[in-house]
Amino acid sequence: MSTSIKSITNPKLRLEVLTPEEVRQIHQATLWVIEHAGVRFPSKRALDIWQSFGASVDADTSIVRAKGPLIEEALRQAPAAYSLCARDPSQDLLLDGNHVFVGTDGCGVEVLDLSTGARRTSSLRDVADIARLADATPEVAFHWVPVSAQDMPPETRGLHEIKAIWENSTKHVQTESIYNEREARAAIEMAALLAGGGAELRKRPLLSLMQCSASPLGHDGGSLEAALLAAEAGVPTGFMTMAANLTTGPATLAGNLVVGNAEVVAATALLQLAYPGAPVFYAAAQAAADLRTGAYTGGGPEDFLYGAATNALADFYNIPLSMGSFATGAKEPNWQAGVENSLSTLMASAVMSDMLLGVGLLHGSRIWSYGQMMMDCEIFSIVHKIMQGIVVDDETLALEAISAVGPGGNFLSQKHTLRHMRGIFVPQFMDRRPYNEWEARGEDARDWALDKARKTLASHQPSPLDPASSAELAAIIESAGVDSHL
Amino acid sequence: MTEELFQKMAQSIIDGDEDAAADLANQAIAAGIDPLEAINLGFVAGVDTVGEAFARGEAFLPELVMAGEAMKAAVAVLEPEMKKRGTARKLLGKVVLATVQGDIHEIGKTLVGTMLSASGFEVHDLGVDVPAEKILAKAKEVDADIIGLSALLTTTMVKQREVIEALDKEGLRRKIKVMVGGAPVTRDWVQRIEADGYSEDAIGAVATAKQLVGAA
Repeated sequence: MSTSIKSITNPKLRLEVLTPEEVRQIHQATLWVIEHAGVRFPSKRALDIWQSFGASVDADTSIVRAKGPLIEEALRQAPAAYSLCARDPSQDLLLDGNHVFVGTDGCGVEVLDLSTGARRTSSLRDVADIARLADATPEVAFHWVPVSAQDMPPETRGLHEIKAIWENSTKHVQTESIYNEREARAAIEMAALLAGGGAELRKRPLLSLMQCSASPLGHDGGSLEAALLAAEAGVPTGFMTMAANLTTGPATLAGNLVVGNAEVVAATALLQLAYPGAPVFYAAAQAAADLRTGAYTGGGPEDFLYGAATNALADFYNIPLSMGSFATGAKEPNWQAGVENSLSTLMASAVMSDMLLGVGLLHGSRIWSYGQMMMDCEIFSIVHKIMQGIVVDDETLALEAISAVGPGGNFLSQKHTLRHMRGIFVPQFMDRRPYNEWEARGEDARDWALDKARKTLASHQPSPLDPASSAELAAIIESAGVDSHL
Repeated sequence: MTEELFQKMAQSIIDGDEDAAADLANQAIAAGIDPLEAINLGFVAGVDTVGEAFARGEAFLPELVMAGEAMKAAVAVLEPEMKKRGTARKLLGKVVLATVQGDIHEIGKTLVGTMLSASGFEVHDLGVDVPAEKILAKAKEVDADIIGLSALLTTTMVKQREVIEALDKEGLRRKIKVMVGGAPVTRDWVQRIEADGYSEDAIGAVATAKQLVGAA
């Protein structure tokens, strides 16, 4: 049985981090950067497309310089709303600016083992288990590849990963781990097989692709070619910038937004020039680099501000946004993880980012924790509740109940209370027990979260993929593996 | 007079001012100052000051990088003069650095290069997407003590192992130490591929490299 999906919709909260004028300034600065500094597109196919549309292309450096009107006109072709489809159509996700959906984070390299708690290298089995747990979890709307299937051959790893997720969940799959044309071609073939053909896949994209930019102002050739292939097939595609203050971007927040925006906007324009109307999304996970080590650090006030600012840019271009939140640098589920994941998710949700990535990873998206995944879902539930705001009407003003109770007394036995008490948030992983009970039992929220993950995995059976489809997916992977050795 | 020049040299490093550092190096040559003295009594004092401030938490990475680049500029000016005099700066070792084949992620590797060269290593940075053969050829050419390999992707991380295997095949494994880095690199991985060292950041990479050449 498939679970219903929890999303934020019709919010009452509003947050404006950038005024419309400031967004326009960032846009103008972005166009200036694309025209003067340029953006690197190290792919012959990409460079040919730019050249055919009159952009200036430096063949030696692969740097493209394009004028503002070309970029703006291309971006206008992008659809404002579309759905990420699921094997179970009741789990389709409408990206229309009025929903916030959460995915699993990616792509980790280690897992805190659910039975032993020990940290170990991630494998395909982990991808499958996490997908199955996410399938049963209402807060998770779609999947990223949560950890790398390091026991699979590198040349087909990305394909084994999406197969494992489809076999263990009916929800939408977005992969951030396929970044070359050969694997993308096979992945699209796999998605088409499940959708019932290429034309059906275009109508119901069961797969979407996320590509990372190479900040500052660059892209990876394989990523560009994978993205072009996806755009051609009508598979939703996004480019993610992770420009970081100090290292891959300027020290100032506005400047870093410009660098990241130039990367995303230029690549998105490329897809629209090649395939006008292709479904695309904006993706971002900017942060400040650590002043001492230079390391990318998820979390921190800069990260939270980017979370709220980037949707203003995506809205300006009228395309959906996939926003990095839950990006804690904490090494284990602890107060740092709680603070960072709560604030980043609140800020990115308050502006209605369409997709939030994602739950479950620690240490800058490296270490998977089942407990953290469950607690991240609770953070989202809290934010979900906050976003509903306060409803003010005759019923909620509760004058009848107030006058019935009068001064003194209590509201516990009021019918009004009975009608509305289930609107009060009930946490799963917050400790509200009496002190003595806490002291006597010793366990805490982290144990409850792990316990929930264990119980769910012990019992939850997703709607299976039929064995024939599984076999066909395996055959596609097999032949993609052979191709890689040609 | 010379004392004053040395102080200015140190200050140019502290300020991270490449132009001033190069200019002061030229002044030293014109004044007939031994280039080794200029480095050791002038510029290195600046590097030490920044390094100490960093250790106290008062200076940050950009200041270290800029000091490193100013140092590089000064040394570049002084090098021909050292050659002329038949002297050479004492190096801690020679390092060949590269981001492995299939991977274009540059910044971590470049940062490690800057830190290593500021700390007294001779660094040969081959850039990104570098095949194993090319790395080996360069290591042999310059008689490297260390090869440093960066990878950001789990799918390209395997190339770190390929370089180690290639070194093994050529019988160079004992002679050349290999250090690896990049976001997906874990201690477990380092042990599996039998690399000699790894670090999670550029500062740590200097300590690792010093250890590998017995200079720590």
